[in-house]
Amino acid sequence: MDEKDGEETTYEVPIGPIHPALKEPFLIKFKLDGEEIVDADPHPGMNHRGIEFMGMHRNPVKVIPLSERICGICSIVHQHMYTTAVEHAVDIVPTNRARYIRTIMMELERIHSHVLWAGVAAHEIGFDTHLHFTWKIREKVMDLLEKISGNRVNYSMWTFGGVRRDITEDMHPDIDETLDYYLDLYDKLEDIFLGDPSIRHRTKNIGILTEEDAMKLCGVGPTVRASGVKKDVRIDQPYAAYGDLDIDYVIPSRYDYEDVGDVFSKTLVRLKEVVQSINIIRQCVEKMPEGEITSEPNMAALLNKLKSAEGEGVGRIEAPRGEAMHYVRLVEDNEDVDCWKVRASTYNNLATYAPMFLGEQIADIPIIAASIDPCIGCMDRAEIVDVNTGEKEEYTDEELHELSVQKTERMLGGIDE
Amino acid sequence: MNLEVLIEGWFFKVVLTVLVSFIGVFLGLLYKGFDRKITAMMQSRIGPPWIQPFRDVKKLFMKETIIPDTAIPWLFNAAPIVALVAPLIALAYLPLGPFGPIMEGYGGLILLLYLLAIPAVAMAFGGLASGSPYATVGSQRELVLMMSYELPLAITAVALAFNYETFSIATISSEPVWNSVGMMGGIGFALILAALFAVMPGELSKVPFDQAEAETELAGGLFVEYSGRNLGIFYIAEVVKMVVVGAFLIALFFPYNLSSLYSFGGPEINGMMLWNVIVDTAFFLFKLLIIIYVAVSVIRVGFARFQINKASYFYWVPMTIISLLGMLLVVVGGAA
Repeated sequence: MDEKDGEETTYEVPIGPIHPALKEPFLIKFKLDGEEIVDADPHPGMNHRGIEFMGMHRNPVKVIPLSERICGICSIVHQHMYTTAVEHAVDIVPTNRARYIRTIMMELERIHSHVLWAGVAAHEIGFDTHLHFTWKIREKVMDLLEKISGNRVNYSMWTFGGVRRDITEDMHPDIDETLDYYLDLYDKLEDIFLGDPSIRHRTKNIGILTEEDAMKLCGVGPTVRASGVKKDVRIDQPYAAYGDLDIDYVIPSRYDYEDVGDVFSKTLVRLKEVVQSINIIRQCVEKMPEGEITSEPNMAALLNKLKSAEGEGVGRIEAPRGEAMHYVRLVEDNEDVDCWKVRASTYNNLATYAPMFLGEQIADIPIIAASIDPCIGCMDRAEIVDVNTGEKEEYTDEELHELSVQKTERMLGGIDE
Repeated sequence: MNLEVLIEGWFFKVVLTVLVSFIGVFLGLLYKGFDRKITAMMQSRIGPPWIQPFRDVKKLFMKETIIPDTAIPWLFNAAPIVALVAPLIALAYLPLGPFGPIMEGYGGLILLLYLLAIPAVAMAFGGLASGSPYATVGSQRELVLMMSYELPLAITAVALAFNYETFSIATISSEPVWNSVGMMGGIGFALILAALFAVMPGELSKVPFDQAEAETELAGGLFVEYSGRNLGIFYIAEVVKMVVVGAFLIALFFPYNLSSLYSFGGPEINGMMLWNVIVDTAFFLFKLLIIIYVAVSVIRVGFARFQINKASYFYWVPMTIISLLGMLLVVVGGAA
């Protein structure tokens, strides 16, 4: 506790590593003055599972299902990034039909993710009725995903050069029905999350991220779009079928709201993105070209090709939470993936916590923490532990900079690599 | 010794108080089960069976009771007992359906207000004694909330006492308030009743006034360190409090009995007809059910949790103004 003129002015409350406000292990140390937050200090590194290490001991095909397990909600996102990174490295081009099928799946998952988030947000402010409502309607899109892929969460749909399951004509009525279901319910969702006075009380002007801060801290996805930053990989650097589609940035000012960047704006952006996703899927179903679903149907030949492949690849995507990236390196004398690096959207958005928490109340901690839609399982990719003592270490900005300078010097001197 | 003397005797009162305490606990758990089931149905869930609260209590009493190293043990252990005893005593001062207060003549409205305040204070002290930062914040919130909703509650007592010129609950409940005042007084009491319905979720720590527990913020707040038997006692205290507050509202505003409209007859015991007693008891339980449904279940389903400053403001300004206005109307209407 800080002592000032002999009086205790602030006290520290740790939220996490295990806390109901956080859905995954994560630690934020708060310094409080009464109910007001004066400092927030996030400490990641509680949920490191070593998935990348596991991936580097498997051949590239075996890593596809593993990559899905990085995240429980946006499993397609990681699968897509990993697959496109390898395709990039080995020069495999997915078929046109596969690009559309991938887009449909990714947008279905976005609907799933955003509806789920809305429920979590309602729960965080103590409104369990809407938690149950949104999670009930979420079932519909999960049923559709199951119908298409055979699975509710980890879909195992992707393969190098395409997808493993087709979206056939007879599935179109089901897709149509599901999209209509969400369009019909959309007004109700908007009425609840943007209209309900007791929710507006808890979200309006809470956890504000200004446009300036959003740019400075390199936030991504709906978190910064709510502040009016036009940033969306689907438009900035189209992948899959997005280049062929009519799609625009979802920012509050497009819908006659102000680009405040508070929790309310973030809710608005996510809800509007559900409608955008419905629109994108409709376009995809309409424009879907005929043809093969994968350019590499022969698995044995593909494995052989990957065994001797050499190259580096990057997969970028606009995940439901924002831009994310995978890096893959394959070398000739190693039949496993030589290097695999994952950078999820939450990693960027974590930095935006600091300005959002300042000056707010304890009661706002859960909803602000949830407002970036954190996925700690995706984000926790490194942890520094002393093997001998088992103690964890944390590096500061300056120390990391110093380390990279040293590494560059070694590389220039020709000692390393 | 004949029956009359026995009933007037202190020994009988003690037996009755113990009996009523057990009935209070049983009813509380029953209504809690009802509340959970009906809330689940309103939230389109299936929900637990109505017997779940009984199982919860049974399980909690079987579990290990942990006292944290940072706690002050005697205060930490005493808090749940105090929180339970206060509403149990309050039950003895409340008329329950056809039966008058057991301890009639030994205390009235003022005593009841204090007894209603004690559990909140006990919970806050228990939280402070547990030495956890979450519990400390929860306790602060509980005390802030208590100070906020006590004012509308006190105004109610003053208005009623003014109207009946007594603090005796038995006298107040002997004649419904609505019959004792004119049009203006009736509106006044309606306003006060509305304020009381708003106080009830605060008194019972239910959404939107569950800031002291606030699962997502404080992980259970002032109960965060409690476990096993201590938590079980708090659980029982909470459900008894629900019955007490419900019975309190009924005694003040809805003391109607069906037997006053139509006598059902039956064998006479100590001046009361058996069938009348049974029908009135059932009617009382029904009224209690309706009050808990409106003041706990419906409000719980329809709101998000307020921030503590907004909750405090809600009681201090709008609710206080409404109840003051109500009292004013009662005073003016009563004089006319």
